[in-house]
This record gives sequence, C-alpha cells and structure tokens, in this order.
Amino acid sequence: MLSRVAERIYWLGRYLERAENTARLLNVYSTLLLDLPRGAKIGWHTLVDITGSHAEFADKYQATDERSVIRFLLSDTSNFSSIFSSLSMARENARTTREIIPSEAWEQINNLYLFARENASKGVARGPRHHLLNQIIAHCQQIAGLFAGTMSHNSGYNFIRIARSLERADMTTRIVDVGSVTLLPGLTEGVKSEQIEPFENMIWMAVLNSLSAYQMYRQHVLDRVNGEDVVTFLLQDRQFPRSVVHSLAKLETGLQALPNNDAALVEVTRVQNMANHADIPLLLQQGLLEYIDLLQIRIAEVHARITQTWFLPVVSGQHQTP
Amino acid sequence: MRIDWKTYDPGAFYDELISSPGHARRSGRILARYLGSLKNEELQQRKTAAELAIKAMGISFTVYSEAGNIDREWPFDIIPRIITQTQWRSTSKGLEQRLRALNCFIHDVYNEQKILKDKVVPAELIAKSANFRKECVGMKPRFNVWAHICGTDLIRDTNGQFYVLEDNLRVPSGVSYMLENRKVTKRVFPELFENYNILPITEYTTQLFDMLAATSPRPLDYPEVVVLTPGIYNSAYFEHSFLAQRMGAELVEGGDLVVEDDCVYMRTINGLSRVDVIYRRIDDMFLDPQVFHPDSVLGVPGLMRAWLKGNVALANAPGAGVADDKVIYTYVPAMIKYYLGEEPLLENVPSYLCIDEKQCKYVLENLDKLVVKPANESGGYGMLMGPQASRKEREEFARRIKANPRNYMAQPLISLSTAPVLGERGAEPRHIDLRPFILQGSDTYVTPGGLTRVAMVKGSYVVNSSQGGGSKDTWIVTEEER
Repeated sequence: MLSRVAERIYWLGRYLERAENTARLLNVYSTLLLDLPRGAKIGWHTLVDITGSHAEFADKYQATDERSVIRFLLSDTSNFSSIFSSLSMARENARTTREIIPSEAWEQINNLYLFARENASKGVARGPRHHLLNQIIAHCQQIAGLFAGTMSHNSGYNFIRIARSLERADMTTRIVDVGSVTLLPGLTEGVKSEQIEPFENMIWMAVLNSLSAYQMYRQHVLDRVNGEDVVTFLLQDRQFPRSVVHSLAKLETGLQALPNNDAALVEVTRVQNMANHADIPLLLQQGLLEYIDLLQIRIAEVHARITQTWFLPVVSGQHQTP
Repeated sequence: MRIDWKTYDPGAFYDELISSPGHARRSGRILARYLGSLKNEELQQRKTAAELAIKAMGISFTVYSEAGNIDREWPFDIIPRIITQTQWRSTSKGLEQRLRALNCFIHDVYNEQKILKDKVVPAELIAKSANFRKECVGMKPRFNVWAHICGTDLIRDTNGQFYVLEDNLRVPSGVSYMLENRKVTKRVFPELFENYNILPITEYTTQLFDMLAATSPRPLDYPEVVVLTPGIYNSAYFEHSFLAQRMGAELVEGGDLVVEDDCVYMRTINGLSRVDVIYRRIDDMFLDPQVFHPDSVLGVPGLMRAWLKGNVALANAPGAGVADDKVIYTYVPAMIKYYLGEEPLLENVPSYLCIDEKQCKYVLENLDKLVVKPANESGGYGMLMGPQASRKEREEFARRIKANPRNYMAQPLISLSTAPVLGERGAEPRHIDLRPFILQGSDTYVTPGGLTRVAMVKGSYVVNSSQGGGSKDTWIVTEEER
C-alpha cells in the first residue's frame, strides 16, 4: 500500500471518529446542563476546552454562550475541529482514496457530508439538536460497520482501525479530564455542599453517557456511580470498547499487523504501562490533571511514530489537524 | 402532459431517435413509445432520481475558475441514445483500423521516417510539430505501440453517416463517465432493459488492465500496474481514481514514485516496490522534470531514462501526441493506405490545411462559413466558429493564421446530429457527438458505443463538459427486439 494512501486513510479514520465523539459530547452536555443547579460554575466553554481549541474560539467569538459554542463545535467551517470540518476532511480523504475503500463506504461518507452541509447549522437551536446529533452518530457507526463488513481486513483497514483507536483513546482521556478536573470543581465552588452529592452523581453519569458507557458500567461495577470507579472504568477497563486501555490494545493489534512496526509498538507499550499502572484513588486526590496531560502527550508520540514510519515526509495539499 | 413526438422538431438535422414527426426509427420505437407513455411529472421524477444518484455516487468533475476549483456533479440526460449493432459493427472496424495506422505512423516517425521520405506526409509538419519529442527518437516500445488508449470523436451528418472529427491520443478522458452513465440509467429506467438487447460495456476496465499488463517489460504473471494522476485538483481526478479502483491498481502521484538504478519504484508502507507499467494521466511536458519542464512537481525525475531503457512501460508513450494534431489528422486516410494497404472504413470531415497556400486562401476568404482549429488544443479551446463569430474575432483569427499557417486547419461546419434531451417541458432536440475508446496492445479493442456528449444549450455545438456540455448513456442494441 502506498504511503500517501496510508496517510490519507489514517486521517479518514481519525476524522470520522472525531466527528462521532464530538457529536456524542455535545449531545450529553446539552442534556446535562439542563439539570444542573443554578449557581454551578459550569458553562458551555468547558466544551471548547475539551477539544483543545480555546485560542481559535477566542479569536472569533466574544461570548461563551450556548449558541456560540455549539455553532463553533458543530457547524463552524473555520474551526478545524468542528463536526462539519471533521466530516469535510473525512470526505476529502475518502475522495482521494476512493480506489481502495469500498464504494458503498465512500457513498455513505459522501452522503453524511452532504447531510451535514445541509443540516449542521440547524443544530444550533436546542429543538432539533438532539435528533441531528444522533443521526450523525448513527451514520458514523454505519460507516464503521461498512468498513468492518465489506473491506478486506488488509493494511488499509488496519490504518483505519489504528486511527480510530488512537482518536478514541485520546478523546476518552479528554472526557475523563473534564469530568474530574473541570466539572466537579466547578460544581463544588458554586453550589452549597449539601446539594452537591446528587449532582456529582449526575455528572459522572453524564460522563459515562457521553461514551455510551453507562449501561456497561452498571453491569460491571456493582457499587453506585462514583468518581473513582468511573475514572477507573474509563481508563482501565479491558472490555469496554471506548476505555483507554481497550483502545490502546486495539491500537496495538492494528500495529502488529503492519511491517516495520518496532518503534511504534515501543511507544504504545509506554502508554499502556502508564494507563495500566495508574493509581486512580491517589490521582483523584492530586495530580490527575498532570497525569492526563502526560497521557495525551504519550498518545501524540504514538501518532508521531506512525507518521515517521509509514507516511510520506510531506503530503502535498493536506492540512490535517492532529 | 406527455411527450408528443409529433411536435418534436429537429429541423434539417439527423435525429437519432425520431426520423420524421411522430415517427421513431425502428430501433428506437420501444423507447419513444415508453417515454411518450409517461407523464411529464414522472419523467421529471426520474430526472431528479438520476441527479440524486449522481450526487450520491459522487460522480463529479472539476471546473477550474478564478474563485477556485469547484467539484461539480456530472451533467447527464436520462434519455439514452440508441445505435444499432449493424451500424456499429462497421464503425468499430473503422476505429480499429485507424488506431493501427496511427500507431504505425508514430512508430515510423520516431524511427525510420519512411512516410516522410516517401513524401506521403510532408516532413515539415513533423519538424514544426509542437508534440514531436526528439527525446523519443529510436525508441521501440513493446508491440511497436505508442498510443495504447485512444478516444476518437465521431459526429454524424444530416444523412446519419459517421465522420471522424479528431483522434485523442495523449490522455483522452471520459470513459469512466461512459461506464457510470450506464449505471445511472439502470437505476432510473430498469424496465427498459427488459425490452432491449443492449451490449454491456463493463468489460472495459478488464480489457484496459489486460492491455496494460501485456506491455510490462518484466515477464511476470502479475506485473505492477499503476495509474499516475496529477492529483485531486485535476479535472479528471474522478476518472483516474475510478479506473485505478476498477483495475485494482494503485493510484499514484508523482511524489509516490522514485527512480533508482533506472527502474521505477513506489513508496509503500513496506518500503520501495517496483513498478512495471504506468498508465499516466499527465501530459508529456510534466512527466519528468529532468527532461521536460524543470519545475514540474507532478512528474518523476528520471522517469524518461527508465522508460528509454525499457525498464518501465508508459501508456500512452511519450511523444504519441505527435499524431494528435489537427493537421496530421488530415493525413490519416493516407496513412491507412500507406501502412495497411487498406481503404479507410471511416471518413474524415473534409478539411482545409492552412499550410497549403491554395487551401489557406480559401480558408481566409470563407472564414464566416468555416470552423478553424489550432493544431494542438483540446477541450474545444482556441477555436473559431466562423458562422457565429463576430467580424472582429474573424479578423483576429485571420491574423493568427497568416502568422502561423502550420498551426491551423479549417472544416466546414458539419451539422451534428441531434437527440432528444429532457427539458422542463418535455423532449427537445440537442446536438450530440460520440467518443468511443479504442485500446491497442497485443490486440485491439473498441468499446461498444462510447461516451455521447450533448450540447445542452439549444442550437449549440459545444459538447465539452468544461464548457457546459452534458452526456447520455449510449446503447448499442441488437436488432431482434424481444
């Protein structure tokens, strides 16, 4: 397989996963905020922080109100991480690898893009938002299914799988970050302490829901929903497909099937060790923020190693956003 | 409201479906009757369905404009064009004959130049040809074939006879649209396929791959065949990708290839991997910056060296464009006699050469009746449509012709045939041409039918998609109707 094609198909995988994850996040967050007590210092801006695009947002928007944030993350074409931008980039990468991905998958990606182009801006209003986001999520799932079911599980498929796992691991760390580092303190600062407990519970449920993890968590953890168990579940559970450890294992399997994989595998093992051996109770008391930052940097190292090993030094005309 | 073929009036032109008011040609009767049975609403629904299918399948082409490049949906008319197999059989033989002669000519020009020495073609034409590549002199590609893929444009005059308008021997495009048009028609009018025996066309990509594989310099069971594209911003990128996909070949850009020890390799995730055959969709001048345009980033440094050493096959071969010249075109009937000893089965459109003094005088005196074409343009650019041009445009052209007579030829305005196109209120006649695709390797192959291009504007003769033309599915049907 050509290095250039490998690179584009890898980005196709990442952008599709990113669009889906962002849609999940917006969905859950929109519902969560309706339930929070007045005074809680949790705002829409948290969403911008999660996607790590604070500077881009500040350049363009004055207010951090719901409309601005949702527009920025959903339909803004100047924000490279918006759902619509991710889908356009996914489509562009698919368009330029049409010769190797199944035509049905291309048609679906193209359709999803056309759908988003037509409808994304409608999601700024609360009414249609939920339905719109669910459609995008369902569509992404359908495309992932098409790849799994109609594409030979060859190098091309491996790159999609690797990309998806890497993007997913990264997004899960961000969501854990938000739950424990931003949401909880925001809640405890602005609300009377006797009110906190039910909301704390609710926040952790929302965190789980954003990864469709609530049900699986309840089956796995018998205790009531609490911070320590949720963070442990999302970081270290081996069976839940969106947990960091599980995503890293999938990433590793994908890499093992590729040639010249030594350097990339070393890097993945480092992240895996870090995720597996984390002392969650301790980190929750202190240092979780730094820990998660470091975890994200390590994941970015894996990406850098993949780029060095298999892709062309410079791919012309492509501006991808890691 | 329904289509009433009695009010459909193609005027003096040969219409492919309707022979006289209210009467369809024999082969088109079922189609005409069927179309006439549908309400206009239903027809419009089918039209919308086709547009949606084209959008969903992502069948597009790129239009260059100052505001940037726009990826446009492929323009398509849902009423198919019908040609009988009997008519097609002789046309197809004529096309094969033509390409065989053209390949003899190209090979001769780069080797012994017998045809020039025998003064059948003036040597001066080659000396002044913009498409003659001196770097190719002495080269002997496999089977002595230079133009492996040819797209020949055919038109029909008022009697319905086919004429050759031009041969595209450099990087002819359109075949993917021919194939996709059939797919769309199957989605839109599945019921029509029950009543007609239509020759299938899907075989093309297999034929193309086999032909390309046969030119491999290494005797392998599975030579590495790649399609070389200028990239996603090229107007025909869709086609490059389409063909690569259908052949299961890698679609490469210049940056993916590298020449080492005079062999061509592609950069893959496994490291460098040898390439045997390149179906290149890049013009000669961009192929190799070491030999042609030094600042080309589309090509591959050293590619020409690898080709001249016989370590890689290029289709079409560099320099094949020497025969894709509107002046050389006028000599094709003579080439057929000279090389093959046969009478041409297909006629050229009558042409006047400006390089000939007498003919040039005639051209200058009759600019208002003629179509003047430069020798080396494609896509319908740089032409003068005499009857429609302003006096100022004609004067400007007269100046250009006098300055460089070798570069121009002229033809009478041939009345292109028409076919019904579905407009908002029903069927209307529009002018069409036909581009069949011919392959030559160890053997020759002609597509059954080809790409029918349509001038979508009433009265217009301009069928190029870059200038607003559309297209139709083209059916070669056997006479026995079920």
